[in-house]
Amino acid sequence: MADRDYGFRTRALHAGNVPDSATGARALPIYQSSAFVFDDAQDAAARFALQKYGNIYSRLANPTVASFEERIASLEGGLGAVATASGLSAQFITFASLVGAGDHVVASSNLYGGSITQLDVTLRRFGVETTFVASDQADDYAAAIIPGRTKVLFAETIANPSGDIADLEALADVARAHQIPFIVDSTIATPYLCRPIEWGADVVTHSATKFLGGHGTTLGGVVVESGRFDWSNHNFPLFEETVPHYGGLTWYGNFGEYAFLTRLRAEQLRDIGPSLAPHSAFLLAQGVETLPYRMQAHVDNARAVAEWLEQDARVETVRWAGLPSHRHFDRAAKYTPAGPSSVFSFDVRGGREVGEKLIENVQLASHLANIGDAKTLIIHPASTTHAQLTEQQLADSGIGPGLVRLSVGIEDVDDIIYDLDQALSAATA
Amino acid sequence: MSETSIPTATAEATETVTLANGLTCDLPADSPLAKLWKSQRTWVGPSAKERLAILRKATSVAIVGASPNPARSSYFVGTYLKQSSPYRVYFVNPNATEILGQPAYPDLQSLPEVPDIVDVFRRASDIPSVMDDAIAVGAPTVWVQLGIWNEEAARYGESQGLTVVMDRCIKVEHARFHGGLHLMGFDTGVISSKRQAR
Repeated sequence: MADRDYGFRTRALHAGNVPDSATGARALPIYQSSAFVFDDAQDAAARFALQKYGNIYSRLANPTVASFEERIASLEGGLGAVATASGLSAQFITFASLVGAGDHVVASSNLYGGSITQLDVTLRRFGVETTFVASDQADDYAAAIIPGRTKVLFAETIANPSGDIADLEALADVARAHQIPFIVDSTIATPYLCRPIEWGADVVTHSATKFLGGHGTTLGGVVVESGRFDWSNHNFPLFEETVPHYGGLTWYGNFGEYAFLTRLRAEQLRDIGPSLAPHSAFLLAQGVETLPYRMQAHVDNARAVAEWLEQDARVETVRWAGLPSHRHFDRAAKYTPAGPSSVFSFDVRGGREVGEKLIENVQLASHLANIGDAKTLIIHPASTTHAQLTEQQLADSGIGPGLVRLSVGIEDVDDIIYDLDQALSAATA
Repeated sequence: MSETSIPTATAEATETVTLANGLTCDLPADSPLAKLWKSQRTWVGPSAKERLAILRKATSVAIVGASPNPARSSYFVGTYLKQSSPYRVYFVNPNATEILGQPAYPDLQSLPEVPDIVDVFRRASDIPSVMDDAIAVGAPTVWVQLGIWNEEAARYGESQGLTVVMDRCIKVEHARFHGGLHLMGFDTGVISSKRQAR
């Protein structure tokens, strides 16, 4: 192996995909097998006891899934990764590994609606309380921390649909000062635009369904850990307690910096079970091969579309932090210098009615509840993705009745603008 | 592909630090002071490529400080090396008679052959004496396990002609190059168009 630090584009193509040792296959083989044979009884016992790792059962690990995991870990600059069936399950196993009844989470109020309900409905029912911070200032997150009870700080790199940018460095400082991990969902940024671990994040989650896969074909999620958080700091006693079902080991004592990810796989995937399917891993890994080129095209198109919308009299506001008018323009320049991704929203003059008409009249942009497809997508959040939120939660998320969310694709940008122009004309006629 | 490893750390990770008054002491590796000193390390061991070369060249490994307790990191490393590597593995522990179905030897001199790698699970302050033992039997490499750090000992070993690896887990490093870490989703840093080493 070379000691060279290979570049991002090279790693997007090669990381995690050394040619198959058995067959020499150059492309990633799809190991469509639920289980894997043991060599003998001794081998089986050692694998089950985690004394050595081998494939056991695809809920825990699968060679095709592993390739996708290593690729994302490499691109994020993490120690490793655990892939899951969806972005929300990536988040769920992360929370499930770190919080229990009586514990407290501090999270941004700007999160994706499904993340808010995961914390506010399901985890709350399990006895985990979450404080949602309706502020972009790290000090307000610090003030929400309950010493001894708060176990994680959670935010998104780029919020949707407000376009807000998290102050990653300042939030990481807050988390570090309280000896709790800073968990960042970086779905919208992808590691091409921003690598939160470089700004101090401890854990990064993704919905791989979006830009990572990139083609709107496949659900998946992934959890990446930096390997830098001290899991023996006594805020997380489960890492230091004896684990009877694994022969009396302790996660931190036996695995050190590898403790979090080893436990996430051996305990949370084992007990909760939202594994990524091998075929899905193949499709997502294939998508990641072109991530750098797609993301550059996405932000280039987003810039042109955002600038065009902003100068259009039919449009009230455009919430893309790459525009100087956005309150987080400076943050975007710091954390996402190539551009703050291509998911953003705008408010049309005329409110809800014009917004809905615009969506009904687009011919190229697809009206659906997803983001991060190569194709341009459009939706009206107040009546769809964020419909389950209360008025107050909607306001906290920065969603007005006439707000339209775009996920700008990589079509010819003139065509995207043509489509929005004709739909705006139809909506305001 | 089939047999791979889980990374392990030492259970009693300690670090020998030199205090301002010139005295040295062993600290738990996870203590704030030890972490402070970690940032002041100056000794640099073999690169990833050199570590791979060490592992490829070796055919035998002696684990000094091996434990018969299945929960200990040295037991994990022993299990892994015996089952997932081609090495002849020997266990050295004067207080044990048998580990993983093999005889435990009281010292390096008692082994049936000179091991290519002496893998050490001992306190940081014990490392110099293990270096001397390795030199006495003619072993070329001393591999000090993850979580153990003693710069003075490393420099001493090198001055005596030893190859020294320190604060690295031999199981993790072997697994990094032979598919184990990869299989568990860890970043191995391996970018290659050649088939994986077997």
